[in-house]
Amino acid sequence: MDGYNFAYLDEQTKRMIRRALLKAVAIPGYQVPFGGREMPMPYGWGTGGVQLTASILGADDILKVIDQGADDTTNAVSIRHFFQRVAGVETTTATTAADVIQTRHRIPETPLRSGQILVFQVPIPEPLRFIEPSEQETRLMHALEEYGVMHVKLYEDIARYGHIATTYAYPVKVDGRYVMDPSPIPKFDNPKLDGNPALMLFGAGREKRLYAIPPYTRVESLDFEDHPFEIQSWEHTCALCGSDHSYLDEVITDDKGGRMFVCSDTDYCQTRRGEVA
Amino acid sequence: MKKPALERPVLLDVQDITRLYGPAKGCEAIDFQLHAGEVLGIVGESGSGKSTLLRVLAGLEAPDAGRVVYRRHAGEDVLDRDEAELDLYAIGEARRRALLRLEWGLVHQNPRDGLRMGVSAGANIGERLMAQGQRHYGQLRATGQEWMRQVELDPGRIDDAPRTFSGGMQQRLQIARTLVTRPRLVFMDEPTGGLDVSVQARLLDMLRTLVRQLGLSVVLVTHDLAVARLLAHRLMVMRRGQVVETGLTDQILDDPQHEYTQLLVSSVLTP
Repeated sequence: MDGYNFAYLDEQTKRMIRRALLKAVAIPGYQVPFGGREMPMPYGWGTGGVQLTASILGADDILKVIDQGADDTTNAVSIRHFFQRVAGVETTTATTAADVIQTRHRIPETPLRSGQILVFQVPIPEPLRFIEPSEQETRLMHALEEYGVMHVKLYEDIARYGHIATTYAYPVKVDGRYVMDPSPIPKFDNPKLDGNPALMLFGAGREKRLYAIPPYTRVESLDFEDHPFEIQSWEHTCALCGSDHSYLDEVITDDKGGRMFVCSDTDYCQTRRGEVA
Repeated sequence: MKKPALERPVLLDVQDITRLYGPAKGCEAIDFQLHAGEVLGIVGESGSGKSTLLRVLAGLEAPDAGRVVYRRHAGEDVLDRDEAELDLYAIGEARRRALLRLEWGLVHQNPRDGLRMGVSAGANIGERLMAQGQRHYGQLRATGQEWMRQVELDPGRIDDAPRTFSGGMQQRLQIARTLVTRPRLVFMDEPTGGLDVSVQARLLDMLRTLVRQLGLSVVLVTHDLAVARLLAHRLMVMRRGQVVETGLTDQILDDPQHEYTQLLVSSVLTP
């Protein structure tokens, strides 16, 4: 496209973001500040993820964009079109074919392989924020590894609801050091963070922070000895592909109480149906 | 027969502390030693520098000059030789914060400063334990209830938010939260300020029991001589940033030597 640099951002900006990414990969889970740019979309629509994708995208990379697991929702479609126009890269909906996957809320059900990069859009990068409003203080707490307050939140959950009621953005400890907010993925996806062969990058556009989990890094979800970490489970199976082990969305089909449970990962669901048929 | 040790070991050695915001604003050339198991009261009028001194002692504010040395007595258990004596402002910030969190405690005048108002009473009491690495919910809860009983709160209210508690109850909760890790040294800044007299009396009674049971060493800042009389073994009277008189509590209150102390003692209202 005329008048734009490849992948929208200018080369200096991409270089700056790549430098920050290198630091983030070197210190797994540590939030690196970066000079976030204005993007042609509002904050909250994935400006952080888009900047990271723009910085790492190569001309022959194949891009996949998902939003809540689906390739066909508004956010996913518009970001995919954006990169088609400003970078002219090939796009795909197949998890296995993609080199770079930008995601919001999910990690694909299909296991990722070495060499793939998963880019997360992050709204609130600071896991300590809910209990400590001061940025200066939270940075100090990270530096000194003062993570007792993270368990205060989990304690409070159990005291109120009888179990750990945090179901998304469930805090994790990366490589035994930094406590990290894995962005609003459901805790169902937390085990996939641990030892994943793909590189995982997290970008928060409004807060201008990025962080990373390098491939094959140890990632533990925080819990109590007598209330261990558990993922969600469903009594139903996917109404379309019959999967009994994927993350299901409840979809209301009419106004008479009709509903169905379907895989949130559309590519996974379609692939399974193709195999069955 | 085993004789009790007459001279208790020195726990806190304060050497020539100065922290001035302006002439006679703050505290100047303060020198004293706090022994293990001792309750030291610091009294004086508003603006006399007693709270500044407490902030310096408690590691919250670096002094302009002087040293605060914390002696973890070597006699008890074999400590790391470097750790037996800690100069509060020479050790790193990480070490200092760990010390404040694990071995010391601070009770604020306003319980809202010391409590997390957004989470339940149980979470407040458990926070220091969780910071120490305790990860068993059932045990944390049992400890929480045990401490609520200790400070005469209803253990059934363990899941209630602190804002539903009265002022006196919040103060008890703050004390429980501070003492749950059994600190050796506790700083208290007007712990009974802002409470009405009957609540104050019960709180003082409870504090005195806890101090004796746990063998706490306490630095207590107060402007209330009655509170000082009840709790403190020794008193330091401050005025305009300087210590004007020190001595045993009864001695100072019954036979004040310095004219300012005489004024202070004679100003106490008796109904």
